[in-house]
Amino acid sequence: MKLKSRSEYYDILIKGLWTQNPVAYQVLGICSALAVTVKMSTAIVMALALTVVTACSSMIISSMRKIIPSNIRIIVELAIISTLVIVTDQVLKAYFYDISKQLSIFVGLIITNCIVLGRAEAFALANDPIDSFVDGIANGLGYGLILVLVAFIRELLGSGTFLGFQVVPQFAYDLGFQNMGLMVLAPGAFFVIGLLVWLKNSLPGISSQKK
Amino acid sequence: MKNPLRKFFDDTRPLFTGDGKYKKYEPVWDATKTFFFLPSAKTRVMPFVRDHLDLKRYMSIVILALLPVTFFGIYNTGYQAGIGAGESWSVTRCFLLGAWYVLPMIIVSYVVGFAWEFLFAVMRGHKISEGLLVTGLLFPLTLPPTIPLWQVALGISFGVVIGKEVFGGTGRNILNPALTGRAFLFFSYPVTMSGDVWVAGKHLVDGVTGATALSVTGAGGQSITAAIRDAGFPLGQLFTGFVPGSVGETSALCCLIGAAILMVTRIANYRIIIGGIAGLVITSIIVYLIPGGQDAWSNAGPFYHLCAGGFLFGITFMATDPVSAPGTNPGRWIFGAAIGFLTVIIRVGNPAFMEGVMLAILFMNVFAPLLDHLVLKYKSSKRIPNV
Repeated sequence: MKLKSRSEYYDILIKGLWTQNPVAYQVLGICSALAVTVKMSTAIVMALALTVVTACSSMIISSMRKIIPSNIRIIVELAIISTLVIVTDQVLKAYFYDISKQLSIFVGLIITNCIVLGRAEAFALANDPIDSFVDGIANGLGYGLILVLVAFIRELLGSGTFLGFQVVPQFAYDLGFQNMGLMVLAPGAFFVIGLLVWLKNSLPGISSQKK
Repeated sequence: MKNPLRKFFDDTRPLFTGDGKYKKYEPVWDATKTFFFLPSAKTRVMPFVRDHLDLKRYMSIVILALLPVTFFGIYNTGYQAGIGAGESWSVTRCFLLGAWYVLPMIIVSYVVGFAWEFLFAVMRGHKISEGLLVTGLLFPLTLPPTIPLWQVALGISFGVVIGKEVFGGTGRNILNPALTGRAFLFFSYPVTMSGDVWVAGKHLVDGVTGATALSVTGAGGQSITAAIRDAGFPLGQLFTGFVPGSVGETSALCCLIGAAILMVTRIANYRIIIGGIAGLVITSIIVYLIPGGQDAWSNAGPFYHLCAGGFLFGITFMATDPVSAPGTNPGRWIFGAAIGFLTVIIRVGNPAFMEGVMLAILFMNVFAPLLDHLVLKYKSSKRIPNV
């Protein structure tokens, strides 16, 4: 196994982070993107957890790809992924108990997150471990990018806070500003994600799909 | 002597068409021109139909049907503010004060809505359509008179952009844009959209609450109809509309006048309106007959359900929107009846969303294409196959 040049890793990173972003381009992982983006803190922790799981599972699956029989590969992949998810969940419970409580079942549900299995199937089974690791990081961060953006907008408009600190000043409320209740509800996340995808697709240059 | 306005448009034509300097802004020029003159485009191929009913005429008649509701809404806003102040005011004063509250809402709604329409028309290079003439007036009529103007602007923006333009503009929207905007405000800013917001003016005297008839519940064994009467909403008053509420929805009478205009000119399909009223009456009789609490809205009976709240306004002006309603006649009957049915069910079943007609219409808008599909499938299955 030989290391690739920097530009090739850069390509993988850009693909996962932006051009083929898992949420905005592949439309995967929407369920948790709706559920954990009411607040920035939960979104950041969720994004980190998913990045760790995707990167490690992709790397492990990729290094085992030549010995996994193809007819039972899903079971093997899921065993690896669920092991990593349980480890992540336990770490969160041990060191970030409050946030772990707020994330509730959504850390456990990373197992069913389409991005993790999707990267394993689409990338890790056909590429070497280091590439797969970079790809997992890129897709996890791509997911995190959208998650944090959505959470930023929802928390700012829905609660007037940023990471829990009040940022909308009191005089704005006195002048008649109100928190947007819709942003705290799940449909608000739908609208924000939809608008972000619209924005991404209409940005010139980097995102234009070649037709 | 040429009409100076006509001369202006003739002079500026080369700038906006063909290779003109401002080709990008042709939709703006075109919309302004057709606002004053009939479009000069002629049909070139058969069939030729001699008819002046274009989209603009269509929308003008809807505006005409909305005028009684609008003027009554303006008057009633002032009248309710007078009651709120504990004085009885002259008709002129009621009108002026009502206009002071309602006209800014209508102006903001039109200005912001048209700004979005212009933006999308210029960006996409299509003509500005007239749909907003109606949407821009319908939307403020569904709002309480105390709403802050920036929320009106936000609501109409949401209605036009998310409710219409993302689907491709007028004629392609799934949902009614005005109702989409209202639903957005309703869920975003519950404080300004429900509760004590229905009376304009700040000087509420004791004993006058800004609640609507729909929020009344009979307490302690009192029957709901008696409770509604005691709260100051006798049936006659609900019918004529001298009650607090959203600007345009209070008067059942004015809504019926609008419905008559729309049905006689065949702008609105009578099947939706009649079907809706029938659905509401039948459902409210059924829930009335089901034994249960005397004090809940399930026992109010069909007349109160018909006159209270915005049902008649919604079924007349919102549900009959030709774009988001079904296009087949059996589909229209089912569509209307289902709106009436759902309105009662929401009012009775979920007191948190008392104004069920908005949600009922939006819900059925989503099902309109399915209804059309099923009707067409059923009809084609009945057809004798060609042999």
